[in-house]
Amino acid sequence: MARARDESSPLFAGNAAGTLRLIFYLALAMVLMVLDQRNGWLWRLRYGAAAVVEPVYRLAGLPAASVRTLSVAFADRQRLTEQNQRLREDLLLANAKLNRMSAVAEQNQHLKELLDTQHSLELNVQLAHVIDVDLGAYRYRLTLNLGARDGVKPGQPVIDAHGVMGQIKEVLPTTSVVMLVTDPAHAVPVVIERSGLRTVAYGSRDGGQLTLPNIPLAADVRVGDRLLTSGLGGRFPSGFPVGEITAVAPAVTGMFLMAQARPAADIDRSEDVLLLHDQAEPDGPPAPVKPMGPPRDLAPPAAEAPITPASKAGALPAATQLPTPATSGGVPR
Amino acid sequence: MNRQRLSLWWFVGTLVFALLSMLVPLPNVLEPFKPYWPALFLLYWSLESEDRVTLGLAFVIGLGADLLNGVVLGEQALRLCALVFIALRFRSRLRFFPMWQQTLAVLALLLNDRILLLIVRMLAGGMLPPASWWISPFVGAALWPFLFLLLDDLRMRLRIQ
Repeated sequence: MARARDESSPLFAGNAAGTLRLIFYLALAMVLMVLDQRNGWLWRLRYGAAAVVEPVYRLAGLPAASVRTLSVAFADRQRLTEQNQRLREDLLLANAKLNRMSAVAEQNQHLKELLDTQHSLELNVQLAHVIDVDLGAYRYRLTLNLGARDGVKPGQPVIDAHGVMGQIKEVLPTTSVVMLVTDPAHAVPVVIERSGLRTVAYGSRDGGQLTLPNIPLAADVRVGDRLLTSGLGGRFPSGFPVGEITAVAPAVTGMFLMAQARPAADIDRSEDVLLLHDQAEPDGPPAPVKPMGPPRDLAPPAAEAPITPASKAGALPAATQLPTPATSGGVPR
Repeated sequence: MNRQRLSLWWFVGTLVFALLSMLVPLPNVLEPFKPYWPALFLLYWSLESEDRVTLGLAFVIGLGADLLNGVVLGEQALRLCALVFIALRFRSRLRFFPMWQQTLAVLALLLNDRILLLIVRMLAGGMLPPASWWISPFVGAALWPFLFLLLDDLRMRLRIQ
């Protein structure tokens, strides 16, 4: 702090030195940006700084929370009764539906057991609260109040009552960041419910929308078609609503149809979301079975000690050479 | 001694407040109107007490903002460094501008900041932001006289420098 004062009058203060310092800092910032872009340093650092960052988030979210509390406190009686009435009706309806659903679920369970599959219809979920924090100019992310301590893992799907919201991108000890389906860098494998066509829904650049840029020209896609997760790719379990198609037009290239879709989830309004715990089946073929050798108890006990110093390349010849005297002695066949 | 400590706390407090108000969420409609608070507060301090605000401080504040905001580490550090450098370079002139000229200068600085941000985002492979993205510097410049007078008045009242 006192350093700047040592220099001469502020009118002409260290022109060359100042520029040099600027260049130094700019270069430092560039290097940081490149390094961060390449290895995702920031998140490791953020994880470490979470003890500081997390209360700051709570503090920053306070005004929004207090506005909400105030709006509840000062809401007039009329509106509250109306709301109560509506909620009661909704609850009744939901309960009726739930009863029917449970019957269907039971039946389904039964059939699946008959088919000898291991999948259960029950969702293994965790309720999370959205912390109101503005994470930068592009609003494609949410902060949740659960983190690594609550067992949240990156890649977990996040849904709300109406459909898929996104997936966990980064996890801090007590908070986590959700990447929304409307993020331009996000893609969900979907299937069109009516026709069964499989495609991919990307986040849209104009925000709050989904685009499906590569639908075959001959495909049967209409406005109003519902999109479900297809379960391909191994991130999202199949069968969750993703959105509804709002517009279909040939792409600029003329090679594909391009569709716009409105996300099914209430992305702007959700305050509580669900974290799915059971993920879809991992993608790709099943892991290869480890090649089975002869049972271990057949191996000669003396062979183990001399192998340890052998390098990886030398391990094979050593293993083939060493047992020879032992087998000749141990197994007389 | 006590007075000095108070003024230091006041200085740090305003900067922390700037970072916090950057994080406060607004309703969706108001979102593009949110000014870039850290830049405004840093500008004020670089005009008023130049021996405290250095490029290093701007860099550190920028890093803190990056950490809180979750953007690429170094992005805001770069922007704030450039901003503070220009402000310090023209400090003696900016200080004696009448308020409307100062406001215009602040507008130019904030626009320059947005252009820098745009370049960084483009290099990182982002896309062109919507037109409403350019509103924020104007709001920031419109708030500048009030912010300046308010902070100056508070400083006078607390009798700190």
